Amino acid sequence: MKNFSQLRKSLKNDFSGLQKIRIALLGDTSTQFLLQALQGTAFDRGFNLQILETGFNDIETQVFNEESDMYKFNPEIVVIFKCSHKLLQQYNRLDSSQHSQLADDELMLIGRLYSQINNNLKAKIIYFNYAEIDDAVFGNYANKVESSFLFQLRKLNYKLMNYAVTKTDLYLLDISNLQNQLGKSSLFHPSTYINAEMVLSIDILPAISSRMLDIIEAIYGKVKKCVILDLDNTLWGGIIGDDGFENIQIGSLGIGKAFTEFQYWLKKLKERGIILAVCSKNYETTAKEPFEKHPEMVLRLDDIAIFIANWENKVDNINQIQRALNIGFDSIVFLDDNVYERNIVRENIPALVVPELPEDPAEYLEYLYTLNLFETVTFSVIDTCRTEKYQIEAKRTETRQSFANEKDFLSSLNMLSVIEPFNKFNIARIAQLSQRSNQFNLRTVRYSESQIEAIAKSGNNFTFSFGLEDKFGDHGLISVIIIKVESETVLFIDSWFMSCRVLKRGMEQFALNTIADFGKKNGFHYLKGQYIATAKNRLVKDHYIHLGFAPIDDYWVLNLNSYQKRECFIKEKRSLYE
Amino acid sequence: MNKDRVLTRVNEIFRDVLDNEHLIITYQTTANDVEDWDSLNHIQLVVAIEKQFNLRFTSREILGWRNVGEMIDSIIKKI
Repeated sequence: MKNFSQLRKSLKNDFSGLQKIRIALLGDTSTQFLLQALQGTAFDRGFNLQILETGFNDIETQVFNEESDMYKFNPEIVVIFKCSHKLLQQYNRLDSSQHSQLADDELMLIGRLYSQINNNLKAKIIYFNYAEIDDAVFGNYANKVESSFLFQLRKLNYKLMNYAVTKTDLYLLDISNLQNQLGKSSLFHPSTYINAEMVLSIDILPAISSRMLDIIEAIYGKVKKCVILDLDNTLWGGIIGDDGFENIQIGSLGIGKAFTEFQYWLKKLKERGIILAVCSKNYETTAKEPFEKHPEMVLRLDDIAIFIANWENKVDNINQIQRALNIGFDSIVFLDDNVYERNIVRENIPALVVPELPEDPAEYLEYLYTLNLFETVTFSVIDTCRTEKYQIEAKRTETRQSFANEKDFLSSLNMLSVIEPFNKFNIARIAQLSQRSNQFNLRTVRYSESQIEAIAKSGNNFTFSFGLEDKFGDHGLISVIIIKVESETVLFIDSWFMSCRVLKRGMEQFALNTIADFGKKNGFHYLKGQYIATAKNRLVKDHYIHLGFAPIDDYWVLNLNSYQKRECFIKEKRSLYE
Repeated sequence: MNKDRVLTRVNEIFRDVLDNEHLIITYQTTANDVEDWDSLNHIQLVVAIEKQFNLRFTSREILGWRNVGEMIDSIIKKI
């Protein structure tokens, strides 16, 4: 990680061409250095942060005065950093009879800040939680005294989490966790605080900024989706080909424990929706043996979406995995104990994330914890079965190869689609797809959960979500269309995005049939669409041509009166909620 | 370490932190003489010097220096 001085120097770099994000940074202590560290860190992540810094201790004025600079600036993200020291000062000034109220009062204020911003701006809010300070007035007994500062601070952190659960646009930056990892003396330098009213030490600024950018990247859809794993001395101790599967180190004894705990971690990631893949230099049968037979293996074959074990070079194998999953290299993490393999992979696929695993396997986990690789801003139940989906997809690919032509293949799949308007059961998934779809996304307008909710309620829109299942399994909700009424005769396609997992199934044709039919029945004459090019959506450049739309200015128009249904092998399945 | 060698090393730190390769400081130099030597950069200078010489200044010292010479006196006392 770069130090603050290096970050500060990178402010002289050329930021033009980087994605601009407007951020309002509100703090109750001096945030000038934090601002610079954020901008420097953002440069390395490909963002140009335009930060509005307000005078410190100006949070309430900025938020509650609707004429304030913040509202004029119209930020996309509002960062609020209220520090524990100010909280302690506040506590100190209270009458002791009110000490037990501190957390509740503070949370109420935070709630008011949130509502006020949320009512006036379409911004995400990133709120720092509180790094622990023990004022040592009660010793350990503070844990048993509700009015102690430590008790109130921890209560506030806990209540903040509860509060954040209910607010989709509110994210917490866990500075308390960072202090646990790095120690209070690295976070806080008393002399810096006294002399410059800064509660963050200069040395900690890069780490804080990095955490902040993790959240920002996730908000803008840059998240890790897959971990590719080496096997020998990464997932277990020893060399399976030499030692035999019964002699590899895994389980509760000695160094085996480190690998077992590491596997549990991977298993949790898989259950959260991260895809696990294996890439190992081994014979496939040998490599699979522990997954099938070893009693102490935590990971089993059905945890692994793609398993590649051969003697080809890893760069080719990783390319193959990437093509099969159809996700960006920058969303893939490669874990391998071998420095040589890491270097060759890193050199050939620079976008891939390749952590420098420590030499001692006992340290793998602690090291990986500090990297915070798997930041996210959404979590839904559907995430948990992603691996299964990719495995089923592999089976489909095999089936596809056995058919002479595409139509026979498609009709053999017995595809069914559930069509539903946005509702409370699918809003989280729709927002997630809106954040994540890069390639099949015609206009790439990103919507958050609360925005999707608002669209669902608004009378001027028609919303469609499409599920897809076939004889191999259920893809779940994979495509979304939002239509706005532009005039009495014209419907405008505001959003059309789809998961790339279901490309080439005829889903586009099915979706178009659906909305065209809907338009006709409701008396509209034209469907109007638009393609807005981004770095990633070339795939759908000719989407509207293929579907028979005619170009008019920068738009594409389809005449519904002469529209003929497109051939398609998907049938509609009646929804449960109709 | 003698005073002049400390000054040389402190000068290097100033050049690095203030990003000015040609900056020359003397014992008499004050914050007013150096462009960019504001209160915030001062903190960064202090932290960099503490790291370079592996020492810690007290808050009183940091607030009390009137010129580079006095800062160097504080360093000499601690190494």
